[in-house]
Amino acid sequence: MSALLKIRGVSKHFGGFAALTEVSIEIAGGERFGLIGPNGSGKTTLINCVAGSLRNDAGSIVFDGEEVSRLPAYQRTRRGIARSFQIPRPFASMSVLENLMVPLEYVAHRGLVVTRKTEAGAQDEAMAILRDIGLADKAATPSNRLSQVELRKLELARAMAARPRLLISDEAMAGLSSNEVSEVLEILFKLNRTGITIIMIEHIMQAVMKFSQRVVCLDAGQIICEGAPAAIVANVDVQRAYLGA
Amino acid sequence: MRFWVSAGLVFSLAVIAAAILKNEYYFFAGYTVLTYVVLATAWNILGGYAGYVNFGTPAFFGLGAYAAAVLFKATEAPLLFQIIAAAAMSGLLGFAAGLLTLRLRGIFFAIATIALVVIMETLFINWRYAGGATGLQLLRPAPVAPFESYIKMLFVVMALIAVASVAIARYIETSWIGRGLRAIRDSEEAAECSGVPTLKLKVFACSISGALMGAAGAPMPMYLSFIEPASTFNLNYAIGALASPMIGGMTHYIGPVIGAILLSTIQQVVTVTISGEMNVLVVGVLLVVFVVAAPEGILGLFRKKFSAGRK
Repeated sequence: MSALLKIRGVSKHFGGFAALTEVSIEIAGGERFGLIGPNGSGKTTLINCVAGSLRNDAGSIVFDGEEVSRLPAYQRTRRGIARSFQIPRPFASMSVLENLMVPLEYVAHRGLVVTRKTEAGAQDEAMAILRDIGLADKAATPSNRLSQVELRKLELARAMAARPRLLISDEAMAGLSSNEVSEVLEILFKLNRTGITIIMIEHIMQAVMKFSQRVVCLDAGQIICEGAPAAIVANVDVQRAYLGA
Repeated sequence: MRFWVSAGLVFSLAVIAAAILKNEYYFFAGYTVLTYVVLATAWNILGGYAGYVNFGTPAFFGLGAYAAAVLFKATEAPLLFQIIAAAAMSGLLGFAAGLLTLRLRGIFFAIATIALVVIMETLFINWRYAGGATGLQLLRPAPVAPFESYIKMLFVVMALIAVASVAIARYIETSWIGRGLRAIRDSEEAAECSGVPTLKLKVFACSISGALMGAAGAPMPMYLSFIEPASTFNLNYAIGALASPMIGGMTHYIGPVIGAILLSTIQQVVTVTISGEMNVLVVGVLLVVFVVAAPEGILGLFRKKFSAGRK
């Protein structure tokens, strides 16, 4: 199986602080991949480099055979990399449906002239995604009136509206109740079954371990361990990174 | 369709008024009101939709006015060409200002736009050909055929520019461009990750906004038969352009129009009945009242009333 995403020797510095040092990861198409690590270990920095919110200082990021590390974020989204944000960032002045219309109009249904027909097509697709995620009854609700779990779902729905091949879920479950965690987990499983590769960043171990086929643990900007979930949990370095020596 | 009918109606009204009314003062004052309609509408494209507050209105307005004046002095080009040249020059300035948003967000962008005004004013104070600090006296040509006075003609021209500006703002607001700009205002990073080319859209909004402000400034030298830097690059234009959308409402294209008509009509009345100094106070007081009592402007008040009525 050829890799969909190849991260090779990626480094990122903020002034004198090395947030990432020579990180290399390969992720296969259709894989469910877990990324864990203590706070400040560089997980979000890494996915910011992949999604384009940050530029890596060194190394290469190849998506579907194309070097993307110098492309602006919107170009990467159009090529099939979508992400959700750790702290939800809804387009607060818009309804839930309109939130999805943004990626739909700028990625999938792109065109200089928008006719009634293409707009209706985009709206149908938005509604279909909302039904899948379980937000259909909130379509007309202003997005600043959503509950925490609804906001997380909206983050995922908006990412899905860009028709991604790789979905990066950045702590989509943090702060949710266990029922809500299983609900979001179920959504991610469902998306994966449609062929979407998923990178899950998560602190809730149960969820990551249940979801991922393979897990990488970062600590202080370096990979300290890689393997199947069971092996990761048993690893001494991982335990030390999380619990202290 | 309804929009075009009302736009046509408003413009026809301006033409009919020019044909019937004899007192030139109405057109003198009306021209100023219409100028503010254009400025407020142009400001709102960047400030209201995309959320980038621009204090540099006088830089764009003034550059447009000077572009027209210099072109007229050099070639005696007709008004239409003056307006086109003005819009092009100010559009270019807008393009440059748009590139500033690459690094400057929020308050820092706003500060940079104030600097733009200072730079422009200094430039024209020191340009001898454009009249320098003392200004440039310009001789109006005769008005074009159906018009008997130049002021009436300028009034109709400005009405046309105003209708065109509102039509452009409306197109941007209701199209995918407007949705992208609103996404930028809500969260620039999330917009970019949703496939919105944020820099391109911001540069586009800046250029269009600048070009319209330039067009609003173009007939000014002919209107006054005179141009000089201090009044052309006056910060009152910035305040008027920013206050009108805030008073009228920034989320709909009609908001800046309502705000500008209300604000500058009151200003004109106060200037005539009380004093020219008082009219600046009016802006300040109205702005404070609206920010405190109706942060979403007049449109927001109406919307609240409507949704309360439905419940």
